[in-house]
Amino acid sequence: MNFIPNSSVKPLMLKTLRLDKIEDLFLDIPQKIKIKNLNLSDGLSQQDTEKKLRKIAAKNKSYNDFLSFLGGGIKPHYIPAVVKSITSRSEFYTAYTPYQSEASQGFLQAMFEYQSMIAEITGMDVANCSLYDGITSLSEAALMCTRITKKKTFIIPCNISWEKKVVLTNYAKGPGIKIKEISYNDKTGKIDIDDLNKKIDDDTAGVYLENPNFFGIFEDDINKINKIVKDAGSIFVVGIDPVSLGITKSPGEYGADIVIGEGRALGNQMNFGGSSLGIFACKNEFLRQMPGRIIGITTDSDGKRAFCMTLQTREQHIRRAKATSNICTNEGLCALAAVVYISWLGSEGFFNLSKTNFENGQKLAKLIDSLSGFKLRFNGTHFNEFVVEGSIDPKKLNKRLLQKEIQGGISLDDFYPELKNCMLIGTSEIHSDEDFERFASTLKEVSNV
Amino acid sequence: MYKSATYDEPLLNELVISKKEKKNLYTKLPDSLQRKKNIDIPDLDETQIVRHFHRLSQMNYGIDSGIYPLGSCTMKYNPKICEEIASWERFTGTHPCQDISTIQGNLQIMFELERMLCEITGMDYFSLQPAAGAHGEFLGMMLTRAYHEDRNEGFRDEVILPDTSHGTNPASVTVAGYKLIEIPSNKDGTVDLDVLKNTLSEKTACFMLTNPNTLGIFESDILKISKMVHDAGALLYYDGANINAIMGKARPGDMGFDIVHLNLHKTFATPHGGGGPGGGPVGVKIKLEKFLPIPRIGKTKEGKYIFDYDAPESIGKIRAYYGNFSVLLKAYIYILMMGGNGLREASEIAVLNSNYMKKKILDSNLYEMPFKELRKHEFVLSCEKLKQEKGIRAMDIAKRLLDYGFHPPTIYFPLIVKEALMIEPPETESKEDLDRYVDALIKIAKENPEIVKASPNNTSVKRVDEVNASKNLVLTWKKV
Repeated sequence: MNFIPNSSVKPLMLKTLRLDKIEDLFLDIPQKIKIKNLNLSDGLSQQDTEKKLRKIAAKNKSYNDFLSFLGGGIKPHYIPAVVKSITSRSEFYTAYTPYQSEASQGFLQAMFEYQSMIAEITGMDVANCSLYDGITSLSEAALMCTRITKKKTFIIPCNISWEKKVVLTNYAKGPGIKIKEISYNDKTGKIDIDDLNKKIDDDTAGVYLENPNFFGIFEDDINKINKIVKDAGSIFVVGIDPVSLGITKSPGEYGADIVIGEGRALGNQMNFGGSSLGIFACKNEFLRQMPGRIIGITTDSDGKRAFCMTLQTREQHIRRAKATSNICTNEGLCALAAVVYISWLGSEGFFNLSKTNFENGQKLAKLIDSLSGFKLRFNGTHFNEFVVEGSIDPKKLNKRLLQKEIQGGISLDDFYPELKNCMLIGTSEIHSDEDFERFASTLKEVSNV
Repeated sequence: MYKSATYDEPLLNELVISKKEKKNLYTKLPDSLQRKKNIDIPDLDETQIVRHFHRLSQMNYGIDSGIYPLGSCTMKYNPKICEEIASWERFTGTHPCQDISTIQGNLQIMFELERMLCEITGMDYFSLQPAAGAHGEFLGMMLTRAYHEDRNEGFRDEVILPDTSHGTNPASVTVAGYKLIEIPSNKDGTVDLDVLKNTLSEKTACFMLTNPNTLGIFESDILKISKMVHDAGALLYYDGANINAIMGKARPGDMGFDIVHLNLHKTFATPHGGGGPGGGPVGVKIKLEKFLPIPRIGKTKEGKYIFDYDAPESIGKIRAYYGNFSVLLKAYIYILMMGGNGLREASEIAVLNSNYMKKKILDSNLYEMPFKELRKHEFVLSCEKLKQEKGIRAMDIAKRLLDYGFHPPTIYFPLIVKEALMIEPPETESKEDLDRYVDALIKIAKENPEIVKASPNNTSVKRVDEVNASKNLVLTWKKV
């Protein structure tokens, strides 16, 4: 192993310390708990390591090895080569938190640009430079709502992913936040506004709306919902898929106070679900309660423009127990990928991406809806995911599809017993018309077995 | 030595662009949701974008630029082979909900990594879910609560930690809803057993400890501490930020710790990414196993890897899916290459580097080091004497180090050392670099204080006015 240069000059260094052996440096560890060695294999050479990993990798299939229509908030998107080219620059990826701004101007400026772009697409005043993922962003938003309003209830639609609910419940335990769920409309797939009206009260710190929601459906009664939330003196939290924001209004335009979301789709690989990118943006008035790192502009001693971390008194390394969050290590490199990706898209590319995702969603849904034995479960307008109801168990269907080198969608009845035989299907700009045709004809074929 | 490039690089939105016509944004969306205004992002050419970010990268210091001895951050070299393999499409292009037969490689890696981490720490089981160290601490607090509630001792609502603890510790404790009790260290800079004894009670849920602690001192009384904590019915939590000091020498599990978090981006050489992503796996003793997050990764008799969701007493989840897989993969590769002996060698040389540097600096009599002499992988100097005599502060020394082409250490932490310089020279640094760093510290202490206070001068910007940044907030380019 050659990552340890001083192995060869050990005696010389020990001599400086007037010590005989390395063990003398470990005399402070009680003998009773000392071990001689670890029961792990001997180290492998780089060449052998690569060989071993090739074998392991061969047991996986990537989205390019078969045709996949999985969604659930995570889908393959096309990533231009420029993203990897920039994020592979080791000045970026081998750096850490920019505590020393004078040696970190590059990363700081890139994060400032990331914040600016996220604020622009979400219609918020400010954004932080990342939380772990979309789910922890939602949890942090709930905590932030209770800090701001001093109220203790947080309302969520019942049709968000089960993982979101479980994680939120864990984060809610500390401050003792009560989570209330509102139901969805069985026909449209949108949230039930009457139910929201019934459940919102004086103790409601915040209301969460997902747009598009977990079923892929756009919530378009946004003005009505916003009014209900604001009339109750609550904070309006909106969860987004950033890809949709090229064609939809920004949440800021329809009243959101805090916008959160999973930002992986912005230039980051699926990576089996991690790493990810927690988007978090809010209005100016709530800035001081925001979790996470924020970069600001200032000047250096010559009056030249410079960047640095700011509002650090919200953060754990300064404020310790009184910090707005315990986050330290975040998802900086994923935010860098996002800012490179968005600049590559530009305003026009962003719109086109969003439109293609919308149109592909419509196209595929229409095609499947036309097959006998399948129909769209909800009639609300959807983005690039949608729920299809078939006549057999989706798990069974997926096994048959897999034999034809196709990965079907997520089976929903484990989480929503009322959605029997329903499957959540996702597409994006990576699919072609031929892919759709193949999926539809195979669906037809395997459901007739 | 590193020398930063200097560009007056405009913001992306300030780059000169050829104006494009505004697009008609009409789609078949419901009108209430239809975007009417073009997104205000510049339309640039790829060349412009590449040059922009390329220049930015040249104004940024990473481990590949030189020594980066941030205390408690373990900034070790990140092997290129790990990056290379982790970028293979068979890993990056996998969806977390794919059929189990198509992700056997990923599951094998996670399964084996869990076993490796158990061996390194002496714990029984691991969860790979946490995205960072602080996230692992949060999970640790969730597990602590589940454990006590299960024993009908949910009334335990206090968590104790020493005043030398990392900032994330107290923050995680309060985020999880526990009352925080911070106890002062003794004159050796370690846990004061009498104070701990008097603080432990039937209200104590957990004692959080970093060992070696943030001063780089090994808590030699750890077995006594462990007994006291357990006798009080509480759990003992290990902040693994400093485990690079003791791999293959001693294990937190054998010391009596019940919960352990590791930082893969520190000890296991995965890159820090300018802030993240990281990995903060959590290991537990068997008595806490049933509370670990779902899904657990299992292996059938036939050798097939599976997700196991059947854990009725699990705390559930703390993030989406299974953890930062790309980071787990790099740590797995690193451990494979190092092997057990390589990891022990890493710890031994990290400790040797740290004591070597410490000795050479202290021999100069220019800096002081309060508390015990023998240190592990890091040590904390005080610049108080320089401040009194020459008016130079730790901040000034940090900035002046940049002029010498080095990344400064962590400063002003831990809080019990005045004008602290917290230095961690990992095993991947050469003696020559350590010597150069020591020389720079000595030279700076002898320099004209005015020069030191006016530094840095060799960086892309001079000393940055952080106070102004928070007084006059400019957080997006709209405000520029």
